[in-house]
Amino acid sequence: MSTVLSLHAWLQVVDPQQPANFGPWLLATLVKLLVFFTVYLVGVAYTTLAERKISAWIQGRHGPNRVGPRGLFQPLADGVKNFMKEETLPPHVNRAIFILAPMLSFIPALMVWAIIPWGASWASPWGRIDMVLADLPIGFLFTLAIGSLGVYGIVLAGWGSNNKYALLGGLRSSAQMISYEISMGMSLIPILLLAGNVTLRSVVNQQADMHLWNVLTLAVAFVCYLISAFAETNRLPFDMPEAESELVTGYHTEYSSMKFSMFMIAEYANMVTQSAMIATLFFGGWDIPFVTADNSGAVSLPLVLLSFLIMAAKVVFFIFFYIWVRWTLPRFRYDQLMSLGWKFLLPVCLGYIVVVASLMLALEALGIRRGLVFGLIFLAVNAVILFVVFVVFDRGRVLSPAYRRASAAELARLRGVTAARTNLTTQAGD
Amino acid sequence: MAINVKVVDRPIEETSYVRATLSGLGNTFKHLIDPHKVTVQYPEERWDISPRWRGTHRMLTTEDGKAKCVACGLCPTVCPANCIKLVPGEDEQGNRYPLVFEIDEFRCIFCGYCQEVCPEEAIHLGRHYENSEYSRDGFVYDLERLMAQTHPVCEMWDPADPKGE
Repeated sequence: MSTVLSLHAWLQVVDPQQPANFGPWLLATLVKLLVFFTVYLVGVAYTTLAERKISAWIQGRHGPNRVGPRGLFQPLADGVKNFMKEETLPPHVNRAIFILAPMLSFIPALMVWAIIPWGASWASPWGRIDMVLADLPIGFLFTLAIGSLGVYGIVLAGWGSNNKYALLGGLRSSAQMISYEISMGMSLIPILLLAGNVTLRSVVNQQADMHLWNVLTLAVAFVCYLISAFAETNRLPFDMPEAESELVTGYHTEYSSMKFSMFMIAEYANMVTQSAMIATLFFGGWDIPFVTADNSGAVSLPLVLLSFLIMAAKVVFFIFFYIWVRWTLPRFRYDQLMSLGWKFLLPVCLGYIVVVASLMLALEALGIRRGLVFGLIFLAVNAVILFVVFVVFDRGRVLSPAYRRASAAELARLRGVTAARTNLTTQAGD
Repeated sequence: MAINVKVVDRPIEETSYVRATLSGLGNTFKHLIDPHKVTVQYPEERWDISPRWRGTHRMLTTEDGKAKCVACGLCPTVCPANCIKLVPGEDEQGNRYPLVFEIDEFRCIFCGYCQEVCPEEAIHLGRHYENSEYSRDGFVYDLERLMAQTHPVCEMWDPADPKGE
C-alpha cells in the first residue's frame, strides 16, 4: 500500500492534474489498458482478414474460408505461419538498423491508439472514469507527431536493407510522408479553429454542441484529411513505398517471418488508428447522434456502452472504406502523387484555413452564436467551395494524367509520326 | 518529366479523377454485394473435365485379370519423353507379356501418343489429375499400379466428331 501511495505522490509531482481518487483511477487505467489494446490488436488482426475477404468479394471470389467457421480463424493461422517461417538475416544488411526498423514502425502505430476517446465518461460509483487511455492536453498534435515517427521505421528499413529497391521504397516513403503530413496538419487547423482546443474530447464536444459533424461543417478539410490519411498510411492508391510492380515490395523486400509481419501489422494498425482519428475528428467520435443525454459530462453505463458501439461502427466503416478504395483505385504515378500533395492539397488547405477563419470572424461579428445555424452557414459555404474545387480538379489541370497539355502544333506533329509509321507497316505488306 | 513521353490532349471525360473514382467505387461495391462467386471450392466441388482430358495412365485388363499389353514395344518407341520402361517376356504358349512395365509420371508429358499407338488398346491416359506422393519414387508407376487404377480413361479424338459432342 505504501508503494502505491508513494507512486501516487511521485505521479502528482510529475503531473499536478492527477485525479484525487487515485486507487480507482489506477485500476481503471490498467483495465482500460488491457481492454483497449486487446481489442486493438485483435481488431488489427481481423482487419487483415477483412482485407482479404473484401478483396475476394470484390473480385468475385470467396476469400479465406478454410480455417474455422467461414475462415474466421485465418488471422491466427497467419500469425502461426509467420512465427514458424524462416528468419533470414541477409549478410549485406546493416544488422542494428535492420532489426530496429520493424520495431520503429510498429511502436508508433500502437502509441497513437492511447489518446483516442472511445466513449462518454462513465459516472461510476468510484468517480468519473474517462473512456480514453491518456487524455493528453496536446490531443491530435500527438498523433501528428508520433504517427509521423512511423516513417523512420520505413526509411531505416530501406536504408538498413542495403538493397536498391528497398532504398527506393524508403526514399519514396519519406518524401511522401513529409509532403502529405503538411497537408494533413493544415487540414486539421480548421478543426482547431472551430473547437478552440486540440484535445480530442473538446473536438467531440464541439461537434455535439453544433449538432453537425465536422464532415459537414468542414467538408473541404475532411476531403484533404482523407486523402492525406491514405497517403500517410501507405495505402493504395498511394502505396508508393511498396509498389510491387515497380520495387519488388519496396522497403520490406529483405524482410521475412515476424519482422515482415511487424511491418504488415504496423500498416494495418495505422489504418485502424487513422480510421478512429477520422471518426473522432470529422464524424462526431463517440457522440450518440440526435441525443443530448450523453453530452453532460459523465453518464450512466448503458449510455457509455452505446457510445462505444457508435464509435466502433464508425471506425469499422472507415476501415471498410480504406479497403474498398484499395481494391478500386490503381496506384498513382510518383509525379502525380507529388503534384497532388503540393499543388492541390496544400494550397486548398491553406486557402481553406483563411476561409474558415474569416467566416468565423464574420459570423461572430454578425452575432450568430455557435449552434445549428452557425453550422448550416458553414455547410453552405463548404458545399460551394467543394463544388468549385472538384470542378477545377476534374478539368485535369491540377493533376493531369500527362505532365502537361500538348500544344496543337505538337499534337499534329505526333499524329503525323504515328500516321507515317502506320503507312510504312501497311506498305511492308503485313 | 522524361523526354520522349507522348503527351495526348484527352477530353475532360477521360482525364476526370473525381467522377472516375466515384464510378469506380460504385462498380466495386456492386461486385462486393453480388453473391455470384467464380471460385470452385476444390476438394468439395470439382471441375468438369473434358472427356479427352489426358491425365495419369492406367492399364486395361482382360476378363481373367491380366494386362492387355502384349509387349510389342510401340509405346516406348513413340514416347517423346522416354518415360516408359518395357521389358518383354514370353510364356510357354509363346504369348508375349510385359515382364516390367513402368511409366515415370514425372517424365511423362501426357501427350497421349502411347494410347494412340497401342494396338491392343491396353495403355490409356486417364481422366485424373490429383497426383501427389511423398517421394519422387512414388511417381514411377509399375504394371500392378497401372492395372489397379480405376479412373475413367481418356477418349480419343474422333475426326468425325472433332468437338466431342
